[in-house]
Amino acid sequence: MSTATDAPGGAPLLELRGIGKDFGSVIALEGISTAVRAGQVTCVLGDNGAGKSTLIKVLSGVHRPTRGELLLDGEPVDFGAPRDALDAGIATVYQDLAMIPLMSIWRNFFLGSEPTTGWGPFRRFDRATAKEVTRRELAAMGIDIRDPDQPVGTLSGGERQSVAIARAVHFGARVLILDEPTSALGVKQAAVVLRYIAQARDQGLGVVFITHNPHHAHPVGDRFLLLNRGRSMGDFAKGEVTREQLTEMMAGGDELTRLAEELGRPGGA
Amino acid sequence: MVKPELGSLIGAVVILGFFSAQSDVFRSLAGVANWLDVASVLGIMAVAVALLMIGGHFDLSAGVMTGTTALTVGIVAVELQQNIWVAIAAALVLALGIGAFNGWLVTRTGLPSFIITLGTFLMLQGLNLGLTKLFTGTVIVRGIADAPGYHSAELVLASTIDVFGQPFRVAVLWWLLVTAVASWVLLRTRFGNWVFATGGDEVASRNVGVPAQRTTIVLFMTTATAAWLVGSITAVRLTSVQANTGTGQELIYIVAAVIGGCLLTGGFGSAIGAALGALIFGMTQQGIVYLNWDADWFYFFLGAMLLLAVLTNRLVRRYAEAARR
Repeated sequence: MSTATDAPGGAPLLELRGIGKDFGSVIALEGISTAVRAGQVTCVLGDNGAGKSTLIKVLSGVHRPTRGELLLDGEPVDFGAPRDALDAGIATVYQDLAMIPLMSIWRNFFLGSEPTTGWGPFRRFDRATAKEVTRRELAAMGIDIRDPDQPVGTLSGGERQSVAIARAVHFGARVLILDEPTSALGVKQAAVVLRYIAQARDQGLGVVFITHNPHHAHPVGDRFLLLNRGRSMGDFAKGEVTREQLTEMMAGGDELTRLAEELGRPGGA
Repeated sequence: MVKPELGSLIGAVVILGFFSAQSDVFRSLAGVANWLDVASVLGIMAVAVALLMIGGHFDLSAGVMTGTTALTVGIVAVELQQNIWVAIAAALVLALGIGAFNGWLVTRTGLPSFIITLGTFLMLQGLNLGLTKLFTGTVIVRGIADAPGYHSAELVLASTIDVFGQPFRVAVLWWLLVTAVASWVLLRTRFGNWVFATGGDEVASRNVGVPAQRTTIVLFMTTATAAWLVGSITAVRLTSVQANTGTGQELIYIVAAVIGGCLLTGGFGSAIGAALGALIFGMTQQGIVYLNWDADWFYFFLGAMLLLAVLTNRLVRRYAEAARR
């Protein structure tokens, strides 16, 4: 892994400046700014419909932003397709769509970047290498897979996320975008995934961790970007905000207090 | 990982055993040559259709396209008086065009390939009849054997090879070659990995950089190429082509692919399985004839095989997604 040359004061790996995205007349994102640094975790927090998915798609090259600038190592970039973002070292692990359940682990691991041997019309998928590297990389992340030939569909949710993270790390990702990796998981499985996030961070990757759970975000995050209805509610460094404040902002503090009163009335009466 | 073709292999062995025990014609060399011939032409198509199904799509125009290509060979060779190789090349260009059109329309619109290829199926059916009538005044193209270059074409596409004194159709070799190449591509190349991925989950594969649209278009062009091969074999072997050739075969190809372990939902299946599905089809069709049974039983039997295969395939899918939470 080539190490990050940028000191905390230098240009971030990835920077967003006033990003906005429209779908027809619908404004999905407006004025989003934050930074992703090497060896740090930037958490993007927001409720359903806050614009988290749209933001991921802008970062991973699925959508072009309508407004604003995306900077990679301080240079403006323009991704026309997911492949462009991948080639720039931005890997995205999608919530549900990271893997093909009916395909084996090693086929999934190298999907889209298959190693080949041979020449001309006999160029073929180097299966031996693929299996070997898959086993090695998973072991390096501390993931114990019984058999790389088993279909991904037979793995648990946490294992699948972990395989996806290992894959991104192997392919030289510098920025790792994780879309709600813990949302569908139980407490233990979520803890496993959070540990892999920390591990990726320690290897010098810039991690973008998308979640609606401040309890998952706060322990591992270095920066927190809060989204609400496509707009930024703030972009905080770790020291600037406590877990309680995050929870309150996420829940829409006042709304929750009012809801508690409303629901409490019949029982209290 | 469960092998998709396992069920069809067991089925083929059981059926081979059953008919061999019942009929000595069936197990004679002449009998074997006969049912292999039926299986071969069907098998070439079933294998290509299986690749497409693994890639997540159907091609209902595959059957009628064997007619379109055969008629093109006939019309260009006889009515336009060209060398038969020129006619065969023209049919290939046409087939690739139709396949690319199917694939382009499916990827472009995102509509189910079922309905798009139903459209091209009907259009081709009309064109086959209309153009044949326009060129020949009848619904049949005759006299392909008189075209220049016919003998070399016959050697490649419609000759026989003696094995222990029994002539076998060369189409059987084409079938084996197509199956071997398809299986190799599917299991051993990057493209094969993309086929499984595109059929398994198109959005996910695109997200990791698989050119899913290109894969789909190439797969449609592959079934079209297979249809061209079968059409050329048909035209050269029969030396005359009916305008309705191939119509109705498209579902048989899909049946053979499903018996061979292909899931209707895509992402799983095998080329060897589809070839075995075609073999089951050929053995049963000829076996019933040799036993002097009423041919109606053939369809009953085929339907039962299909249901059995679909139920087995469902279990496979359940297993593969067992731990999905």
